[in-house]
Amino acid sequence: MAAEREPPPLGDARQPDLEELEDGEDLFTSTVSTLESSPSSPEPASLPAEDISTNSNGPKPAEIILEDDREDLFAEATEEVSLDSPEREPILSPEPTPAITPVTPTTLVAPRMESKSIAAPVIFDRSREEIEEEANGDVFDIEINVSDPEKVGDGMNAYMAYRVTTKTALPMFNKNEFSVKRRFSDFLGLHSKLATKYMHVGYIVPPAPEKSIVGMTKVKVGKEDSSSTEFVEKRRAALERYLQRTVKHPTLLQDPDLRQFLESSELPRAVNTQALSGAGILRMVNKAADAVNKMTIKMNESDAWFEEKQQQFENLDQQLRKLHASVEALVCHRKELSANTAAFAKSAAMLGNSEDHTALSRALSQLAEVEEKIDQLHQEQAFADFYMFSELLGDYIRLIAAVKGVFDHRMKCWQKWQDAQVTLQKKREAEAKLQLANKPDKLQQAKDEIKEEIEEWETKVQQGERDFEQISKTIRKEVGRFERERVRDFKTVIVKYLESLVQTQQQLIKYWEAFLPEAKAIA
Amino acid sequence: MLGCLFVPSNNEEQAINVDLQTDAALQVDISDALSERDKVKFTVHTKSSLPNFKQNEFSVVRQHEEFIWLHDSFVENEDYAGYIIPPAPPRPDFDASREKLQKLGEGEGSMTKEEFTKMKQELEAEYLAIFKKTVAMHEVFLCRVAAHPILRKDLNFHVFLEYNQDLSVRGKNKKEKLEDFFKNMVKSADGVIVSGVKDVDDFFEHERTFLVEYHNRVKDASAKSDKMTRSHKNVADDYNRIGSSLYTLGTKVEVQLYCHIPLFYFSQQKIEARVSADEDLKLSDLLKYYLRESQAAKDLLYRRSRSLVDYENANKALDKARAKNKDVLQAETTQQLCCQKFEKISESAKQELIDFKTRRVAAFRKNLVELAELELKHAKVTGIYFCFHFRQLLFHRIIEVGLEGTL
Repeated sequence: MAAEREPPPLGDARQPDLEELEDGEDLFTSTVSTLESSPSSPEPASLPAEDISTNSNGPKPAEIILEDDREDLFAEATEEVSLDSPEREPILSPEPTPAITPVTPTTLVAPRMESKSIAAPVIFDRSREEIEEEANGDVFDIEINVSDPEKVGDGMNAYMAYRVTTKTALPMFNKNEFSVKRRFSDFLGLHSKLATKYMHVGYIVPPAPEKSIVGMTKVKVGKEDSSSTEFVEKRRAALERYLQRTVKHPTLLQDPDLRQFLESSELPRAVNTQALSGAGILRMVNKAADAVNKMTIKMNESDAWFEEKQQQFENLDQQLRKLHASVEALVCHRKELSANTAAFAKSAAMLGNSEDHTALSRALSQLAEVEEKIDQLHQEQAFADFYMFSELLGDYIRLIAAVKGVFDHRMKCWQKWQDAQVTLQKKREAEAKLQLANKPDKLQQAKDEIKEEIEEWETKVQQGERDFEQISKTIRKEVGRFERERVRDFKTVIVKYLESLVQTQQQLIKYWEAFLPEAKAIA
Repeated sequence: MLGCLFVPSNNEEQAINVDLQTDAALQVDISDALSERDKVKFTVHTKSSLPNFKQNEFSVVRQHEEFIWLHDSFVENEDYAGYIIPPAPPRPDFDASREKLQKLGEGEGSMTKEEFTKMKQELEAEYLAIFKKTVAMHEVFLCRVAAHPILRKDLNFHVFLEYNQDLSVRGKNKKEKLEDFFKNMVKSADGVIVSGVKDVDDFFEHERTFLVEYHNRVKDASAKSDKMTRSHKNVADDYNRIGSSLYTLGTKVEVQLYCHIPLFYFSQQKIEARVSADEDLKLSDLLKYYLRESQAAKDLLYRRSRSLVDYENANKALDKARAKNKDVLQAETTQQLCCQKFEKISESAKQELIDFKTRRVAAFRKNLVELAELELKHAKVTGIYFCFHFRQLLFHRIIEVGLEGTL
């Protein structure tokens, strides 16, 4: 039985387990044994924090609540699943695509199997990423938290101030741990600065959370109801995710504006982020101009990779939007289900009260209690899984907009280069014309001028080409990074969902098992 | 036109909401049912050792209207005033389901083939579930009658079971429906007057108070239970849509990597749908049934109170007649009749109400136990699905590592 299995100490190559991989059951029991060996405490984070830097530090207990009696559920499950396995063979077969052979996974995978928690896949993921990122130098020891939303001021001039805490061992910062107070427009200001500096050279700058007039007005007016607390919490979490994404970016992390944002106690007010400011209106005008330009630029795409990627992102955008809509519908229906279950529970309790048969009356009251507890459970689960999933989807829809923006910048860059070439060509033609003309006195001066201009434009053309190549290169890297991040983020959320589901099911089983004898006791 | 043949398995589908003793002397069930465009044809199968019937085993085909006719004939029969008349089965209602299927057909172009097939399967399953339910409701009615010591001897009942021609019972026309409506109004007004009379008998006084309150609460619980199970169904539909979306995402963008997550959501959805359907059967149907039965019990109490009022009025009339010394004999006969009627009703009513309680407790017990067992099963199955798919995720991790290694 799984209970007797001792997980081997860290570092042993677990060769025998890999042979057992083909036999799915044993893979599972090995997981069970790792599970029970460490009830670890949860540290829920909305995004996995990047402080598991190297394997030598050992896997950190990750984000779940383990109960010892979970083992029973798994033990049972193992048996049941093995009965099922014949039909599952097609999925189980380790040949998803022809090109893939599980080539030497042993050395890479073996140490990971020691990860002592149910979040094993997350650890796997990180380990694989780390190996890759160590090569790219993309792992940073920095953790950001956004907390303690506080209302400052009164009436329509009020705003929420958030505490931004940074924990880091990076040398570029003055201290290891520090925190500052920031308001929402500060975040927008930061994003605006970063976007202006980096987007046009091809870096995907994570977008800031969206403004919400309705939400904020409620908070300002001082409505202390659940929807405004929800709104503030949603925003706090979104701001945290935003900063965490931003600091994960190697180039952005080096930016002085970001450092100033994180470190300095006083920050100049970012008035330019207001919609109706001068800068705001200028932004709107620029956006419109861009949209028109996009329609008129006809780029000769020489690189198939870009064309393919753009198409992929278009598809992804559509699918994510659709998925987002479905998930929001689910969140909504779960809320309804919760309300209806609570109403039913009350009604069942009343019915139990009026029932004059004692045992039945008691059983009905118990039923009411069970339904109430189940309602609570569903509420918690709904928050843990789909709400987080929904938020993540929203983030990614905005991120994809940023990606598209970066592709657009590349197009503009290309256009600039082409324009420079055209101008150079014109200048050369002008020069040629001058050569043929016969006006000695003005000629030399004009020739010199033209020569200068030609040189100038030749440099510009060269610069334009270099810029274009640079932005193309940067975008390739950025897109690769984006895709890895996306895969990681989604998997984390989904694994979290599965984890919370296990707990929910366990609780459900407990409640119904407690109720069953009461129902049977009705005589 | 949707035609479906249905053969219920006797032991399970029968007596869903009522715990009945099956009795060799008379066993009735619905062995088959056929749904045509706007009517359902039930095959009523009888097994009996009673001498009243020509054969020991026989079947006839009946429609909903004929069940209603039978029920109404019981209600209108004065001899049965002292019994709880088993509530009539509700009219088969496939309208909502049919509408949904139609809408699906119209919207076929706007969804993928997989989505369409999935939704079609679900709607067909829903249709089948409603069909099964209506068959069960009709069957329970017949079984209740067959189990009742007096009603089972009713001549109309025997005709219903045996006469293999159409009973030529038509549904009520507009005029008759209007008459019914007025009758009901008068009855409820009268009921209010009659209920004002306090009962001398403690047992009946208690029963009346109990039934009125119970009936209202069952009504409320039944409505809330319906809403809850509908919400469950909505959540299941959402899971289905999310599953399809994830599946498309997985296959187009990242081959293989996400396959198990959408499959997991699909399986979640199936479980949620089943949980919803089971809750529906166990809880909602149970509550709906006892809503109707408690109404029938209330009707019995009303009839008894009515006869008590008549009896008291007859007493007063007799006193008056004796005082005036006019029509004394007539008054005496009336009073005697009223007295007999009242006592007859009271006697049988007492037993009926006790039986009602026994039946109710047994039915609730059976259904609550089954509900708890089903919920447990589902929770465990979800756990298993989870474990399976989780394991697949782990497995694919390994594959991914290999993939990165070869790039």
